[in-house]
Amino acid sequence: MTATFPDLHMPPRLLVPGATPADLATHHQRYGPPAQVDPEILLRTFAESGLTGRGGAGFPTYRKLVSVAEAGRRTGRAPVVVANGAEGEPASRKDRTLLRLSPHLVLDGLQLAARTVGAGEAYLAVEDGATWLESALAQRTADPLPVKVVRLPRSFLSGQAAALARYVSGGAALPTHQRPPVRERGVHRAPTLVQNVETLAHLALVARYGADWYRTAGTPAQPGSALCTVHVPGREPRVVEAPYGLPLGRLLPLEGARAVLVGGYHGSWIPASEAAELALDAGYLGAGVLAALPVDRCGLAETARVLRYLALQSAGQCGPCLNGLPRIAGAFRTLAAPGPQGTVRADLARWSGLVEGRGACHHPDGTVRLVRSALTTFAAEVDAHARGHCTATDHRPLLPVPEEG
Amino acid sequence: MSSETLWYANRATGAVCLVLFTIVVLLGIAVRSRTRLPGLPRFGTMSLHRTLSLSATAFLALHISTAVVDGYVDITVVDVLVPFVGDYRPLWLGLGTVALDLVLAVLVTSLLRERLGHRTWRTVHRLAYASWPVALVHGIGIGTDTGADWMTWLTVACVAAAVAAFAARLAHAARAARRTPAALLRTAEGARP
Amino acid sequence: MSTAQHIDIDRTVCQGHGLCADFLPEHIVLDEWGYPLVDGAPVPAGTVRRARRAAADCPVLALALIPVRAG
Repeated sequence: MTATFPDLHMPPRLLVPGATPADLATHHQRYGPPAQVDPEILLRTFAESGLTGRGGAGFPTYRKLVSVAEAGRRTGRAPVVVANGAEGEPASRKDRTLLRLSPHLVLDGLQLAARTVGAGEAYLAVEDGATWLESALAQRTADPLPVKVVRLPRSFLSGQAAALARYVSGGAALPTHQRPPVRERGVHRAPTLVQNVETLAHLALVARYGADWYRTAGTPAQPGSALCTVHVPGREPRVVEAPYGLPLGRLLPLEGARAVLVGGYHGSWIPASEAAELALDAGYLGAGVLAALPVDRCGLAETARVLRYLALQSAGQCGPCLNGLPRIAGAFRTLAAPGPQGTVRADLARWSGLVEGRGACHHPDGTVRLVRSALTTFAAEVDAHARGHCTATDHRPLLPVPEEG
Repeated sequence: MSSETLWYANRATGAVCLVLFTIVVLLGIAVRSRTRLPGLPRFGTMSLHRTLSLSATAFLALHISTAVVDGYVDITVVDVLVPFVGDYRPLWLGLGTVALDLVLAVLVTSLLRERLGHRTWRTVHRLAYASWPVALVHGIGIGTDTGADWMTWLTVACVAAAVAAFAARLAHAARAARRTPAALLRTAEGARP
Repeated sequence: MSTAQHIDIDRTVCQGHGLCADFLPEHIVLDEWGYPLVDGAPVPAGTVRRARRAAADCPVLALALIPVRAG
């Protein structure tokens, strides 16, 4: 199990350090009874708090709730709420850690979100395992809406909103063309709210303690806190809770680091010097992954391994993605080792331009973001490889990439 | 119009239907395989497929009406739509009726394609693969010209064309199924810079 | 006054038949793999007829004309 690190960057909210999984009694002891608030007041509180989504897009949560509620009224179909704990990002552990240690915060938030949008059905989506969820749910006899646990096949795209809605409806866990979007027509053709489990946990606390309390962490422009999965070589990945605005240099040690991967495999590489002063911000945090690349490793080789994985994880539905991502991964592999590069850089630029925005989901877009940031941050290494040498001395794989098959 | 004239017309339109529907099947498979006909724009294949299918249907209507109108054989309007209930050679005629029913389903769903959506349309359109052989067997079984040289050659040519096209269709589907991200990645990694 | 229309392609069903590029060459070109590159501009009134033909004739009904949302 991933240990929550004793480093405290703020008074703990979602995860109590060193804690064991909380049962319902412990949960109520720690946080008090669940909030009993009118949906209208809840929405206003969420709006005032400035809470944004923790699934990667960073969209204001209250706006999402409002649009689903509105779609429900307009179509006359009771909305569906799906708590998204699928966490397809291999380098991220925050959602499964949260579900392990504080499941009742997530489940409180799920009930609150359901009440706010007027939902008739609730689901909790996770990848395989998490067998304790059913017993956590069984303890909650006071919940107005029963929650069905849905287990998804392990894949990068399983947590994508449309893929999730499709799977819960009985289809494949693959993205769909969102016309209309999932918030208007999703699970069983009803307006569907897909919300990350961490966002739901924050919702549960905001409902209890209010918007002003939520804003005691973070900055006026970016209130609140987020869970991050921190990867430092030589240590187990750990999940930490940090306020927005905290400089990244305080979250992970950057001496001896060449660069930091921020966000996840759809994120960006940033040079360590820049990262040290960068304030934690929802705008780039994505899935909350922060991974330090030591000076003695090759960022291009790491990126090539990730790109290979991303290409294999393409749903294979959209022509540009199916054709472009494998070619991008193949070309980047050439850059990843010292040797002649031919037309690779021009090919990468062309293919990146061709796949961006031309899929049903953002998989190609995120992949292109990673490619471009790698080419910028590791530009010197690309040149070195072209001239036949690599500055890295340690070639062991660093970032977690699931095995094929 | 004498019964003999109607009979000749029925046989002639039957043969024309065989040829036209065979070409329609070939064109349908060409559309699906993204085959470009020489000299025509891409939408030409689709246009031709559609136009010829309507022409073939027109000849089919003639073929059927000459049979119904002809007093020499007892084929009623009911026999046109309901298979195997007629007095005249119920098995072979019935197969013709089955083929017509399938063609009607394909035709109606194609006219309403945009309304029905691609998936529904595609499921019904696959019945076309069944209607062609059923119609062929109908023709061979009931046909008065079976055994005549020209008819035999015509039939052999159409069967050969349809079988070849169907084999190409299966090969295309197999190739498409193999085009997975993993397969494309293997190809990309094999490529030299 | 009619609302402007723009071209929307369901890329999960698009197979790169390319008929749309034939009908709307000023809006659509095909990329190196045969898939449509759409310029995203609204379709002017004079072109709408061809665009509707493109939508009707697409072998997989991937192309649709949808009204541009204001705001």
